[in-house]
Amino acid sequence: MSYVITGTCVNDGACVDVCPVDCIHPTPAEPGFLGADMLYIDPDVCVSCNACAEACPVGAVMDEKSLPPELLRYRDINAEFSRLRKDS
Amino acid sequence: MSAPLRVAIVGSGPAGFYAANDLLKRDPASRVELFDRLPTPGGLVRSGVSPDHAARREVIATYERLAMASHRFRFHGNIEIGRQLTHEDLLRCHHAVIYACGSAGDRRLGIPGEDLPGSHAATSFVSWYNGHPDFAAQSFDLSCERAIVIGNGNVALDVARMLLLGHDRLHPTDVADHALRAFAESRIREVVVLGRRGAAQCAFTTPELLELGHHDLDVRVEHAASAGAKPAGRDARAYAVQLKLRLLDEYAARAALPDARRLVLRFLNSPLAIVGRDRVETLRVVRNRLVSGGRGDLVAESTGEISEITAGLVLRAVGYRGLPVVGLPFDAARGIVPNVGGRIVGENRRPMRGAYVAGWLKRGPSGVIGTNKGCSQETVACLLQDFAGDRLPIPDIDDQGTQRLLTERCPDRVDYLGWKKIDRHERLGGMDQQRLRVKLVDLQRMTAVASGRF
Repeated sequence: MSYVITGTCVNDGACVDVCPVDCIHPTPAEPGFLGADMLYIDPDVCVSCNACAEACPVGAVMDEKSLPPELLRYRDINAEFSRLRKDS
Repeated sequence: MSAPLRVAIVGSGPAGFYAANDLLKRDPASRVELFDRLPTPGGLVRSGVSPDHAARREVIATYERLAMASHRFRFHGNIEIGRQLTHEDLLRCHHAVIYACGSAGDRRLGIPGEDLPGSHAATSFVSWYNGHPDFAAQSFDLSCERAIVIGNGNVALDVARMLLLGHDRLHPTDVADHALRAFAESRIREVVVLGRRGAAQCAFTTPELLELGHHDLDVRVEHAASAGAKPAGRDARAYAVQLKLRLLDEYAARAALPDARRLVLRFLNSPLAIVGRDRVETLRVVRNRLVSGGRGDLVAESTGEISEITAGLVLRAVGYRGLPVVGLPFDAARGIVPNVGGRIVGENRRPMRGAYVAGWLKRGPSGVIGTNKGCSQETVACLLQDFAGDRLPIPDIDDQGTQRLLTERCPDRVDYLGWKKIDRHERLGGMDQQRLRVKLVDLQRMTAVASGRF
């Protein structure tokens, strides 16, 4: 169970500020931030506390259970980037 | 103890709002006045973000509420700095001015035929369909079957999508009424998006590319493959490129949808000339190959293989360009105000006291909405340092005097409540028609609604 960032993301980073487990990357302090198309939630670390969803100014974060079909792919995209980041 | 910090911010797009909120948060005594040339706040979030991406427009509403909640923030719309008020006026009323007015110009292609009727800047087209008052009277001929969009950024994909979505999909959005009517009569069936380099170099983002698959469009990909394209890195940029290449492969493998409107992503093609007798008839293009640019990058090189594409509309989406601001130095080559970390500097690289810049006018037109947050925070940090070090000029007009000056010079200014009246008027107008909002596009009507006369 995890939260998922979808394509509406504008890289505002408000989610990063409120995440209690630092599972959202790249953070504004990380080198990859400026080249990022969006931010990603690591599903292995996320505790589904909803703080990011409340903080997001554009409603880009959703509980994976409530993703509409056309946004389901973002579940894989969040997980895939997170794996790649941890492998590096 | 010195008097509380007073700051004027010029421009109410993302950079302006991020700067305002950072100031209000970091200096709990500070007062911020945010000016905009238009009666409506938001900058490109109102007039640039695509109407079918309504959620992204909420970013301004969020930061607007946050700023208002401080009770140390004022919005002044319909005031042009450099016309009704000068930089000197602002510095008589504030310790500092932050310019966050963005990049209002567009880049040109520099090819023959660029000024033929039917050839336009994509930025004008975007401003037009988003109801920017300066562009509401323009018209775009959508009676042809094929349009070409030159450029490979998110603006290119936005305009391509808007040209193809069709009336039913656009009706519920806040697209301007005049544009909705034009799109309803549009005969465009195909849009070719032209990129001079390969798929791995395209600047549009993965969400924009992914979304194309959800609109019943016949998405075609041409010349995407390019040797050595796969990026090796594991950072977010490299991941985005890998994902884009994969998505393009998926589109290329999809069965054609012969009855659907068609979107062609054609890579490795540069425009040479826009050709036509009285208006755009064809675009002459040359096929490119990628060669090493010498600094680890790949650049496009002409193969000499020339072809023509028939089209009645050519939109160049090759970037915004900053315009000079009255009273400030300007770096014309980069289209920015010269600065060090946001402190505006003159020819001798010495800071201009009390003058700052943030957002696109500071670093050039690149990045997404949130990129401006860090950019504005850097500027605010410099400003607060200068305030703490007594390096800011002391304003000689107090707050009451400032409001008197505004009343005198800017009788038609629109304050926050005025903007909320416009906002409500637009939303109520939309409700009647099952639309998100019906935008007001006429300045006189906007100021009338804002002042309660309508």
